[in-house]
Order: sequence, then C-alpha cells, then structure tokens
Amino acid sequence: MSAVGATQAAVRASGREGLIRKRPFDWHAAVVHALLVSCIAVVAFPLYYAFVISTQDLQQVVQRPPRLLPSTHLLENYAEAWQKANMGRMLVNSAVMAVTIAVGKITISMLSAFAIVYFNFRGRMICFWMIFITLMLPVPVRIMSTYEVIGTLGWLNTYQGLTIPLMASATATFLFRQFYLTIPNEMAEAAQLDGAGPLRFLGSFLLPLSWANIAALFVVLFIYGWNQYLWPFMITNTEAMRTVVIGLEGLIPRSGTELPTWNLIMAGAVMALLPPVAIIVFMQRWFVKGLVESEK
Amino acid sequence: MKRTVFKNRWLPYLLVFPQMAVTIVFFFWPALKSLQLSVFRVSPFGDRMTFVGFANFAKLLTDAEYYATVVNSFVFAGGVTVIAVTVALVAAGLATQKIRGLAAYRTLLLWPYGIAPAVAGIIFLFIFHPAYGILPYFLSFVTTYQFNWLLKGWVAMTLVIAATAWTHLGYNIAFYIAGLLAIPASVLEAADVDGAGPIRRFTAIVFPLVSPITFYLVALNMVFAFFESFGVIDAVTKGGPGGATEIMVYKAYKDGLIGLNLGSSGAQSVILMAIVIVLTVLQFRVAERKVTYS
Repeated sequence: MSAVGATQAAVRASGREGLIRKRPFDWHAAVVHALLVSCIAVVAFPLYYAFVISTQDLQQVVQRPPRLLPSTHLLENYAEAWQKANMGRMLVNSAVMAVTIAVGKITISMLSAFAIVYFNFRGRMICFWMIFITLMLPVPVRIMSTYEVIGTLGWLNTYQGLTIPLMASATATFLFRQFYLTIPNEMAEAAQLDGAGPLRFLGSFLLPLSWANIAALFVVLFIYGWNQYLWPFMITNTEAMRTVVIGLEGLIPRSGTELPTWNLIMAGAVMALLPPVAIIVFMQRWFVKGLVESEK
Repeated sequence: MKRTVFKNRWLPYLLVFPQMAVTIVFFFWPALKSLQLSVFRVSPFGDRMTFVGFANFAKLLTDAEYYATVVNSFVFAGGVTVIAVTVALVAAGLATQKIRGLAAYRTLLLWPYGIAPAVAGIIFLFIFHPAYGILPYFLSFVTTYQFNWLLKGWVAMTLVIAATAWTHLGYNIAFYIAGLLAIPASVLEAADVDGAGPIRRFTAIVFPLVSPITFYLVALNMVFAFFESFGVIDAVTKGGPGGATEIMVYKAYKDGLIGLNLGSSGAQSVILMAIVIVLTVLQFRVAERKVTYS
C-alpha cells in the first residue's frame, strides 16, 4: 500500500505538470518482479531440467556441454518408460491409495469430530487425547511392529493394507472440530426442535457447510497419500501392488553393468510428480486453505 | 467448549469407532510393541525373548556408529530447515509486495510441495551425477575438486538436503504468505512514514512480527525432515557413501528389517519417539501464541 500510495502521488504530480514530465519508472516494482522471477527460476530449474532430459536421446543426455533445451524424443521416451516400469499399473495404485486415504481420513475424522463436539459421552476426552497422540507416532517409530500387525491380518500386498492403517488423522479431526465449534449452538437446537436426529443434522446441515473444508483437506491429504514411501515400501513386494513413488527407483540400475537410461528415469519422475503438482496448481485456493488451516 | 445437545447412548461410540479402531490397532498397539521390544533381546528368528532392561539403549548410546547417525540426522534436518525456511521467507516477502501478477507468482512458487522427496531426490541425483550432471560440470570450471557424491560424504549430504528442502519450500511459502498478509497495513505505513527503506522495514518490523511463524515452521520442518525422509535416503544414497547419509529412521529400518535386530530397532524407535514428542510439544506451544499482532 505504501508503494502504491507513493506511485499514485507521483502519477498525480506528473499529471499536474502535464506534458513536461513523463511518469517516473517504478523502480520498486521492477526490482520485486526481477527478484521474483529469479526465485521462480531457481525453484523451477530442477523440474525444467528433468523435463528437458526426458525429451532427449541418450547421446544428448551425456553430451558435453550439457544440452539445456528440449529435444524431439518426448513421445518415444515416455512410451518406453511407461512400458519398462509398468507405469500404468503403478499410477493406478498410487491414485487408488491417495484417493482412498484422503476420503477415508476425511470421513472418519468428520464422524469422530461430530461425536466429540455434539455428544457428551463417557471417554470423550480419552478419545480426543488418543487422537492427538497419533501425531507423535509417525510411521518410522512403529514400523517394525506395524508390519507384524499387517502380516497377522494378511494384508500384505493389498489395498486395505496400503490405506486403512494410514487413515487415522489428528489434523483432520481437529480441523472439523474447530469448524463445528464455530457453528452457533442454536442451529443444532433448532434442528432438534424440528425433530431432526443427530445423523440428519450431520448429513443435511453440517455436511453442506463443510464442503470448503473437505475440498481443502482433500488436496493436502491426496498429496500426502500419493507421496508415501516407507509405507508402500514395507507393505508391498509384488510388482502389481507397487506405487509410482517407490517403483521409480526400480528404473535406476544399481548393478553397474547396465547403463542407466537417465532420459527414461526422468520421464518416469515427471509422470510420478505430475498428478500431485497438477492438483496443487488447479486447486490452489483449496490447497493453501487446507495447508494453513489444518495445521493450526 | 460448546454445550453438547444430542443425547444418545450408543451413537457417539459408533461415530468414533472407525477412528479409534485404526488408532488402537495401527498406532497404539505397534507403539507399545516397540516399547516392549526395546527392553528385550530377541533371537533372530523371533522365537526367544530375553528381558535385558536398558541394555539395548546402553549399547546404542555407547555405539559410535549410532552416534554418527544421530549427528547425520541433525545435520540433515537442520540443513533442510535452515534452507527451506530462509528461502521461503524471502520468496514470501517478495510475493506479498503490492505489484501486479501476484496470483501467478504465488502459484509458481507453491507447486514444489507436490513433489515426493524420493522423486525430488532422483531428479537431484541426476543434477549431481558425477559424469553427466550439470552441477559437477559447471563446478569443474572453477575447481578441480572432485564433486562426486559417490565418494564424498558431504556432497551426498548436500544432495539429499537440497532435494528435501526443495519439496518443503511450497509449504513454508504458503505459511509465510498467510502470516505476512495478516500484518496490519497501518504498521507498515507507520514504518514508511518513519522513512524506513524496504530492507530496514523487513528486518526491523516484518521479521519480528513473523517470528512465531518462523519458530512453528522450524519445529514442523524438523519433524518432516526427521520422519518423512526415509524415501529420499532410500531412493538416492541408501545411507552411503560409508554411512555419511545414514539417518536415524533409516538405521532403525535397516537394523530391524534387514539386520533382524528387533531389540535394537525397538530401542531406536523409542528414542525417535522421544524426539518427535519434544518437537510436537514445541510446535503446539508456539502454535498457541501464533498470529498475535496486537
């Protein structure tokens, strides 16, 4: 506002003097634009580079000086990477995992937040604190024993094994709880007077009001699910159940006898990162809301 | 807390059941199991368990190799946090100036959050590639130093830190933008009247005002770097070269699943649990005091 104020004053001043003086150049804005563009160039470079490599043939990949412009092999590289790494199947697995985790977390968190806010039942605070404590038990601190539990249940290499154990969510529960607490108590009383039961109130009153929160959480949780590494790494060991984030590593030969096809690896990387990045770009408003509000 | 209105004997239990079932079966039960394992010695086939008290912990705390993974973890998490938070503050400071095209700039700054650390690691692996990578190529003009992550531990550490910090940026920028936009215009105008330049205004006024967000982000970035970085290590360095990038979560996994040393792995899990508890408490302490600009 200060810069704009100064500019406006300058514009007014130049207007008064009419033809004599030109409108002064806004140095402040120019510097900010330049700095922002360079920031973005730095942030975007790794992705640009990965994309460029994914369009080259192997000879161009290893040429010196490095070629920093796209080449003409985009389609054949992506097709070959798709075939070689079984990309179709892995992308489907990732999508199933990400969507199921997001929907599952949102559903069970909505229900438990509803119970905690709108009912007075024995053990309510115990439930609340138990949900809170899950924040302090990330996958790596309980990985060995969780693996055992999954094995006992016979859930290795299954979609339920990939998704259900990750569905507890303290942040989503707290977000819905905060949101319910902002809804005036009179609403629930009015619903009760109309003879609506709690489930009716949840379904036809709270749910329609919650769509903004649900969309915001969905974006953040989809990305969370898509980008899981340790969990699918432990729970699956067949090609058919592998997700794209862990499967990508399989494109890199470790033996040393096989030459790494970096153009195909980069094509795979671009395919693996495109869905979550696209969701952020196209649902940016929800993404920022979900990120900032769910962590309060 | 709000007055509760609905009365039903069994419905609330039914509503919390799914969340509680997942919490107990997949969080509490395994966590207790880890606690239990940490005080036992388990035979490699898991058929015999001997109570050993704190022997597993004592062994870890006197083990130079474990000590190295603790140092690696803090170097890694600290490096990621410092880079990701500092760059994010600068970028958010620029993206909240009154200029045109802000929406586009913000979108272009936020998207790296969508990239999995492991995928970022693979991209940076090629950027750092000793033979074909663009970074060693350009560095070869200014120095004869062999910038080879396969041989030099610190280069490998730089690689995984850079890749991970890249994926944290979008998150931190989103938080800082929200925080910077919440600063009342009157405060900045007052500084303007006092004749403070943009840099002075930033260091003297903006920076102290966003410091609660900074502390919060530091705690959060540390937690992420500590506990969500298995992927980048496994996909890129596998802890190497010579254990230089072996962080605590990677060693706990390796000793447990590959080395089948369940007692030691359990003790390592308990130590990790203590760290995440401290960081989470810190994060919530700060969150309570967040966004107070009065």
